[in-house]
Amino acid sequence: MKQHKLTPYLFLLPGSVILTVFIFYPMLQAIWMSFTEYNMITDAEFIGLENYENLFDSDVFWNALTNTFIYLIGVVPALVILPIFLAVLVNQKIKGIGFFRSAYYIPVVISLVVAGITWDWVYRENGILNYILDYSGVIAEPIPWLTSQDTAIFAVMAVTIWKGIGYYMIIYLAGLQSIPHDLYEAAEMDGANWWQQVTRITIPMLMPFVLIVTIMSTIAAMKVFEEIYVMTGGGPARSTETLVFYIYSEAFEKLNMGYAAAGGVILFLITLVISLINLKFMGKDRTKT
Amino acid sequence: MAVEAKDKKSIMKKILLYTLLVGVALFMIGPFIWLLATALKSPGENIFQYPPTLLPENPTLMNFVRVMDTFPFWRYLFNSAVVAVMTVFLNVLFCSLAAYPLARMKFKGRNLIFILVLSTMMIPFQLLMIPVYVISLELGLQNTYLGMVLPHITTAFGVFLMRQAFITIPYELDESARMDGANAFQIWRKILMPLVKPSMVTLALFTFVSAWGDFLWPLIIVSDQSMYTLPLGLNMLSGTFTSDWRLIAAGAIISMLPIIIIFLALQRFFISGAMKGAVKG
Repeated sequence: MKQHKLTPYLFLLPGSVILTVFIFYPMLQAIWMSFTEYNMITDAEFIGLENYENLFDSDVFWNALTNTFIYLIGVVPALVILPIFLAVLVNQKIKGIGFFRSAYYIPVVISLVVAGITWDWVYRENGILNYILDYSGVIAEPIPWLTSQDTAIFAVMAVTIWKGIGYYMIIYLAGLQSIPHDLYEAAEMDGANWWQQVTRITIPMLMPFVLIVTIMSTIAAMKVFEEIYVMTGGGPARSTETLVFYIYSEAFEKLNMGYAAAGGVILFLITLVISLINLKFMGKDRTKT
Repeated sequence: MAVEAKDKKSIMKKILLYTLLVGVALFMIGPFIWLLATALKSPGENIFQYPPTLLPENPTLMNFVRVMDTFPFWRYLFNSAVVAVMTVFLNVLFCSLAAYPLARMKFKGRNLIFILVLSTMMIPFQLLMIPVYVISLELGLQNTYLGMVLPHITTAFGVFLMRQAFITIPYELDESARMDGANAFQIWRKILMPLVKPSMVTLALFTFVSAWGDFLWPLIIVSDQSMYTLPLGLNMLSGTFTSDWRLIAAGAIISMLPIIIIFLALQRFFISGAMKGAVKG
């Protein structure tokens, strides 16, 4: 029996309306806006590439872009590597492991505002972190983690890592458990030692998951905003101002909508390049399914 | 002898494992314990003293009572709950509707539509937020629940996850239902939807966590404090009472309680759902 011609489109209708109104149309509008001067009060005025020229001339923009890349370089390796160890740890079959898995996942479910406030308190000059480091002899003087230009960005990065680690741990845990057990048994029969099993079986079988985590954490790091907004407000002296923070403040605090949209287009182009590099690695697997 | 050595080795291994597990746990939840300790400290105690003390001298719930006076917790909780429930319901519904023909019907433009849906994953919301804000103002969505909900109710991840779930169901089921005179909608509703429940739970939990913690978009679209969700309210609290850390700590603790309770009650589904999302997504 044949279905009615319109049936599939009816099922697709609600989702398509949402995607059109809130993604596809805004996408085109954002690109158009980036070529205009627009402040929401007077009509948009076409100014060609002026927003882009101004962006590239702006030290504040380059500062934000540099901070974003510092953020990326610091956060992504940590979020790709550390959760592998945690996944191996919580993949052990011992009593109470469910408790630890859940405990490690708690930072994932709480909001970034709660996380930011919690760490703000931990980072105080006379707070618990400085005390622990002082007590164990790592530092001689309390460090003003969030109010010093030298440390603020790293302090915020640590929060991003702390909050993301449980999420990627679970992805790796799924990866570890998807490796058929017979592979290890066969390797053992062939006399492979523990190290050989790790390098010849675990790591190669985990590679697709490493790629997923790499791309997910890279794109997330490109878009970092909440931690910074809540904990440092971009300061001190713009040392934690990232690209999205810059776009946000230009758009919604100064109402430079066109200029901010140009910044957004640059953000999009960078994430697009990262995504395409990713697709080159795993696109074939993904579209085949 | 050999047996004894082996026992010893396994005990050592266990001790090492638990030490590591507890050490990591301290890093992951220690900050909350420190915050809770502060929230329980009485006004007579100096919370800024150095070295800091973890245990409160005279534990008190007064800070929680005080924060309830300045911080309309129930109002924010209600707003958060309405936004999260609406977002979850509509996202699961719209993604399941869209995924069904993409998984199980042949029609013109199917691949193009699927690729378009997936391509939205590459468009950062931080670019879209500017025009979406303008559009939302035009649609009268400022300071409304719908305004917070609508942009998040069809996601590429959701469509992809539900499509994967529909693909695995044998086609004979549709065929026999069609023979019995069921139309496409009835097949979707009565036969397929019950079979993809595990994926629906996964999608629902993912959506819930992201809607519950969403900050950037509500920050833009909501200015009326009576419409604030918990993250917005808490952010304002910490901005208003910058020096009263007992109050901020108490506010942060009660704000995280609802999601922690939900998480602890459903943790099995969270972990297995996240794992499934990882393998399929």
